[in-house]
Amino acid sequence: MLRRLFIGCAGVALAAGLAAAQPSVRVEPATLQGPRALAEQTANSVIQDYLQSWRSLSVALDQNNPELLDADFTGDAKSKLAETIREQAALGMSTHYQDLTHDVQIVFYSPEGLSLELTDMVQYEVQLFDHGKPEPKQQVRARYVVMLTPAQVRWRVRVFQALPGD
Amino acid sequence: MRLLAFFASGLALGVAPLAFAQSGNLTLPKAVEAGAAFSIATAGSGKATLYIAGLGQVVKRQVDLGQTVNFPVGTLYSAGRYVVVLQGDQEPESGEFDVVPAKGVAELSFLARPSRLPVGLHDAITGAVYVFDAYKNLMVAPTPVSFELSGPSGAAQKRTVVTRFGAAWTEFDSTARQGADKFVANAGAASTRRVISQVPGDPCGLTMTAKRDGKQVELQTAPIRDCSGNPVPDGEVVTFTASFGDDQSTADVPIKGGIAKIDMPIQDGALISVASGVVMGNQIRWEK
Repeated sequence: MLRRLFIGCAGVALAAGLAAAQPSVRVEPATLQGPRALAEQTANSVIQDYLQSWRSLSVALDQNNPELLDADFTGDAKSKLAETIREQAALGMSTHYQDLTHDVQIVFYSPEGLSLELTDMVQYEVQLFDHGKPEPKQQVRARYVVMLTPAQVRWRVRVFQALPGD
Repeated sequence: MRLLAFFASGLALGVAPLAFAQSGNLTLPKAVEAGAAFSIATAGSGKATLYIAGLGQVVKRQVDLGQTVNFPVGTLYSAGRYVVVLQGDQEPESGEFDVVPAKGVAELSFLARPSRLPVGLHDAITGAVYVFDAYKNLMVAPTPVSFELSGPSGAAQKRTVVTRFGAAWTEFDSTARQGADKFVANAGAASTRRVISQVPGDPCGLTMTAKRDGKQVELQTAPIRDCSGNPVPDGEVVTFTASFGDDQSTADVPIKGGIAKIDMPIQDGALISVASGVVMGNQIRWEK
């Protein structure tokens, strides 16, 4: 109960700390499966690093520069995003992603502490550019499931996938 | 009941590629299975460019409006949400659809810990599994994963856990016998194995005897075993302590051949004790 309260409060703090131009962020109390307790500091770090990963992917896909993914992504998530960037570049395209709102909930912390999973009901705008020519903006609302693993100084996104049908 | 609801939603996803959503001149599938062929119907006339963009893939095609655009097997294989834009001479059309993971577990990511631990500990071995399809998409539909931990004697602990958001975990006791245990996770046709090395626990029932050996006293333990009867390995340290008034002398002796043994000078009337780690053995009052 105490842990849920901590994480709920952390969400309020996160939202209040973000500037107006930033997406609004709501953090739901964690509904953890698994025996490992989640410290408040860990939960906050994970969410901060995850939100940062949206900024990274947005810039990387905007500039067609896969190196900008290095700090925040690893494993299959990084490979798939890098492949998308290569495809875009080959087609003369780029994409601008702007996350608008996040509703984040941590759902799994593996017993050995080497992975953590969260879901995020995220609203974002997508705008395609074909040889610099903008296509109409499209607003998307999708629930993502995200798996993160700890690196030396931060959590990195290893799986990043929209759930179907929401 | 909740499990049934999960499976029902999974089945619904399975038939989703058959459903379509129409938006103006575009008729899109609601969902496409990763790697499967699909089509997008267009209306009108003239030429247009069709864009399909997601965080996992991007596709661009020149199309003739009024035709159905067919995408062969393997075109989209990265699960996620895709936006679609049809740009022709008129107002652009847009929509979105999902690519869902392919059927059948192809790969397990299995985290098993620890790799080495003492025997006889409760819930000390943990395993966590993430399930993936053949395209490395996380399989988010509930999927049963069976875990099995078997020791050298062949006795096994088994448990089946249904994934939630593609993840499942379990914990097992370490077994009573030292040796290499097999920790296996299975889901569908995928199987992954880890080896957990179980070593003897702390000594149990540590006892020693004392006898005069010239001017010294020979101290020797009985064969040292843990509480499950496994011999404690050579090299573990046993500490003998002799106390007399304020004087105390100690000797750290590594186990060799299953026992610890040393000759110590000991005064008459001294209290001799033996210990290994946090485990205390018997005490002997040394008298001539």
